[in-house]
Amino acid sequence: MTPLAVALWSIPALLCAPMLAATAPRWSAATRRTYGACFALCFIVLVAAFVHLVGARNTAASLHLPIGLPWIGAHFRLDGLSAFFLVVVNLGAAGASLFAIGYGEHEESPGRVLPFYPAFLAGMNLVVLADDAFTFLVSWEFMSLSSWALVVAHHKDPDNRRAGFIYIMMASFGTLALLLAFGLLAGGSGGYSFTEMRGTTAALPGLVLLLVLLGAGSKAGLVPLHVWLPLAHPAAPSHVSALMSGVMTKVAVYGFIRIVFDLNGPPAWWWSVVVIPLAGITCVLGVLSALMQHDLKRLLAYHTVENIGIIFIGLGLALAFSAHKMPAAAALALTAALLHVFNHSLFKSLLFFGAGAVLASTRERDMEHLGGLIHRMPLTAFTFLTGCVAISALPPLNGFVSEWLTFQAILLSPDVPSWGIKLLVPAVGAMLALSAALAAACFVKAFGVTFLGRARTGAAQTAQEADRFSLAAMFGAAALCLLVGILPGVAIDVLAPAVEGLVGARMPSQSTISWLSIVPVAESRSSYNGLLVFVFITMSTLVAIEIIHRFASRAVRRGPAWDCGFPEPSPATQYTADSFAQPIRRVFGEVVFMARERVDMPAPGNAQPARMTVTQRDPVWDAIYSPISGATSVAADKLGYLQFLTIRQYLSLVFVALVVLLFVLMLVMLVWT
Amino acid sequence: MDATALDVAHLLAGGMVLISFLLLYQDRMFALLNVFALHAIVLAASVAWQAHIQNAPHLYVPAAIALILKGIIIPVALHRVVIRLGIHRTIETVGGIGPTMLLGMGLVALSMVVMLRAAATADPLAREDLAFALSVLLLGLLMMVTRRNAVSQIVGFMSLENGLILAATGAKGMPLVVEISVAFSVLVAFIVIGVFLFRIRERFDSVDVQALDVYRGEQR
Repeated sequence: MTPLAVALWSIPALLCAPMLAATAPRWSAATRRTYGACFALCFIVLVAAFVHLVGARNTAASLHLPIGLPWIGAHFRLDGLSAFFLVVVNLGAAGASLFAIGYGEHEESPGRVLPFYPAFLAGMNLVVLADDAFTFLVSWEFMSLSSWALVVAHHKDPDNRRAGFIYIMMASFGTLALLLAFGLLAGGSGGYSFTEMRGTTAALPGLVLLLVLLGAGSKAGLVPLHVWLPLAHPAAPSHVSALMSGVMTKVAVYGFIRIVFDLNGPPAWWWSVVVIPLAGITCVLGVLSALMQHDLKRLLAYHTVENIGIIFIGLGLALAFSAHKMPAAAALALTAALLHVFNHSLFKSLLFFGAGAVLASTRERDMEHLGGLIHRMPLTAFTFLTGCVAISALPPLNGFVSEWLTFQAILLSPDVPSWGIKLLVPAVGAMLALSAALAAACFVKAFGVTFLGRARTGAAQTAQEADRFSLAAMFGAAALCLLVGILPGVAIDVLAPAVEGLVGARMPSQSTISWLSIVPVAESRSSYNGLLVFVFITMSTLVAIEIIHRFASRAVRRGPAWDCGFPEPSPATQYTADSFAQPIRRVFGEVVFMARERVDMPAPGNAQPARMTVTQRDPVWDAIYSPISGATSVAADKLGYLQFLTIRQYLSLVFVALVVLLFVLMLVMLVWT
Repeated sequence: MDATALDVAHLLAGGMVLISFLLLYQDRMFALLNVFALHAIVLAASVAWQAHIQNAPHLYVPAAIALILKGIIIPVALHRVVIRLGIHRTIETVGGIGPTMLLGMGLVALSMVVMLRAAATADPLAREDLAFALSVLLLGLLMMVTRRNAVSQIVGFMSLENGLILAATGAKGMPLVVEISVAFSVLVAFIVIGVFLFRIRERFDSVDVQALDVYRGEQR
C-alpha cells in the first residue's frame, strides 16, 4: 500500500476505535483498548508519512474518492508539506495516546472523552491530506467540533462551559473566514480542487491573505485572536490539551502555509509587513501573559501563543524573501518555521504530559499549591525539566536550533531591497530576543515553583510518581528533543523536499558537512554543532562533579532548609509564582496589562493581616471581545422576541420577504430592459 | 402545438387562479373545504391535460394524486375533523375580505410582470403557466397569513402546494415531477395530522392521548 492509502485507511479505523471501548467490560479496559488502538494506528501512519517524506523527494501522490459531494467527490494528496505535517500530527497523537493509556485511568467521565478522541485525531489527519476546498473545510470543522466536545468533557465546571462557548464561536468564525478565502481562490470558475486553484491566480490575493490570517490565525492563536486558546486548551483533559496545543495549532499553521505559499500565487511585498509585526506582538504578548499565570496548564497554553508567534515570524520572513526573489533566504526562513513547528509539537506535548502527570497525582493545577514535587516524582521532574530547557531555547536541545535558524533568517534581512522590511525586521528580531529571554524566566518559574522547594499543600506532599505508560511517553518526547537538538542537520535535510516544493529552493545539504555541524548560509557567517555543545556540557559537568567529589566529601547530607532567620518555616513563606513574576509585572505588566498593586497595611496595633491585591486586565479582551460579546448579547436579547411569534406571524415574515424579493426582481428587470 | 391545446391549458390554469380568489373570499368553513376540493379537481384536470399534450403518461400520476387525495380524501377528512372538534364554523380573518382581495389582485399583477419578463424566451405555454402558478402560490401564502384558524391555514398551504405542482407540470421536461408531488402529498398529510394533534393540545394542554382519560373520568 502507498503511504497515502495507509493514511486514508487509518481514518475509518480511527473512527471505529471507540467500538473497542463499547465492547469492553469496564471503563479501565475501554480506556486502555481505545488509546492502545489509537497509538498503534497513529504509529503506522507516522511511519508511512516518514517513509514518504524521506523516500519520495516531494513527488505527490493523489487520490480521488467518490464520497462527499456528488459529482465532485473528495480529493486527497500527499506531498512533501503534508507528509511533514502528517509526521507532526501523528507523532504528537501517538505520544498523547501512549500517555493516555496510563493517564486515562484518572479520567472521571471516560464516556465523554473516548468517543471523541479518535475522531479528533482522524479530523486532524484529514485536514492535512485534503486536496480540495470542500474536503478541507469539512475536515477542519470536524476537527474543531470534536475538539470542542473534548473541551466541554468536564462540563460541570462553569469555567469549562464558558471556554467551550468562546472556543466554538471563534472556531466557527475562523471556518467562515477560510470559506470566504476559498471562495476568492476558486473565483468565478468555481474550481474548488487545490489543483485548479494552483493553476489560476486569485482575484484579490491580498484579501485572501487577510482572511487566512483570520481563519487559520484564530485557530493557531495569533494575537488578537488568541483569547479562546488559554481558556480552551487547559479545560480539556491533559492529553487532549497536549494535542490541541502541540498539534492542532500546527494544523492551523499548515492551513496558512498551504493557502498562502501554495495556492495563492506569488506573494506581494506588503504581505510580510502584515504578518511579521503581528507575529512579533504575538510572541511578546504571549510570553508576558504566560508569566502572569499561576495555573500550570494555562501558563503552557499562553506559551503556545508565543511559539506560534515565532513560527509566524519565520513564515513572514519567508514571504518577504520570496516576494523579493531571494529563494535561498526564503528556504532558510521556512525551514526555521517548519523545524520550530516540529520542535514545539514535541516539547509542548512533553510539558503538557508533565502537567497532566502532576494534575493526576495531586489534583492541582495551581502552582501556588504545589512545590517540592522533585522528591516525590523525580522522573516526571526530570522530563519536565528537559522540556523547560528545550522550550527556553537553550542548547543543546532542539528549541535552540529552530530559534537560532530564525535569527539567522532575521540577520539576512538587510539584503532585502525594500526599506520597510529592512527597518521592520530588526525591531521584530528584538521582540523575538525579548520573548526568548522572558520564556526562560517563565519556565524557571514553572519548574521552580512546581517541582522545587517544599510542598505547599498536603496533596503535593503525598504525590505519587506517574505510571509507566505516561513516563514512557514523556521520556520518548524528551529523547526526541535531545536527538533533534544534537542532530539538527538530519532534520533540516528531511525538511528540504517540503521547503523546496513551496519556495523553489532548499537550504544547502547539511549531510556533507563534517562533524554534524549545521551551516545555514555560509561557513564564514555562522555554524552550530549541537553534538559538540552536548559533549562539552556533559564532559564539563562530569569533570566538575568528579573534582568536587574528589576534593570534598562524598557523603550526602540532609539538613534543614535555610529559613531566612525566621523561626517558623511554613511552606507558605517560600517564593511563590506571583512573587517570582512581580519584577517583570512591574516592568511590563503596568503598561501591557494595566496591572495595579494595592497594599492594605493595617494600622499599628491592629492584628489583622496585611493584604496585597494585584489587579490586571487583558487589553485584547477589553478592546475587542467585550464590545463584540456585549453587542451579541444585546442583539440576541432583541431578536429573542422573534422566538415567540405565532405561526401566522412567522408566515407573514416569509410572505413579506418573498413579495419584497419579487418586487426587487421586477424593478431590476424594469430598469434593465 | 395547436391553439386549442394552448387555450385549454390557459383556461384550466386561469381557472385555478380564479378559484384561489374564491378561496380567499370564503368566510365559512364548509364552503371553504368545498371550494378547495374544486381547486384540487381543476388542478387534476390541468395536470392531466398537460400529460395529454406533452405525451408524458407519467404525469397522470400527480393528476390522480391531486384528484383522489386532495380532491376527495382530505376535504372529507377535514369535514369530519371540523364537526368532531366543534371548530367555529365561521372563519376569523385578519383585515377585511375586501382589502385582502385587493392585495391578492396586486400579487397576481406582480407575478405576471415578473414571470412574463423573466421567462421571456421560454415557450408561451410554459411561460404563462408559470405566471399562473406563481399567482396561485402567492395567493395561497396570502391566505395562510390572513387566517387565524388552523384548518383554513392548512387549506391555504394546500392551495399553495397546488400552485407548485401546476408550475412543475407546466414546464415541459422537468425531472422528478411525480416524486415531488408524492413527497408534497406526504407532507400535506403530515401537516393535517399535525394540526389535528395541535387541536388536542390546545384543548387539553398535552398531545398525550392518555390525558383524555382523565376527562372521561377513568382512573389508571
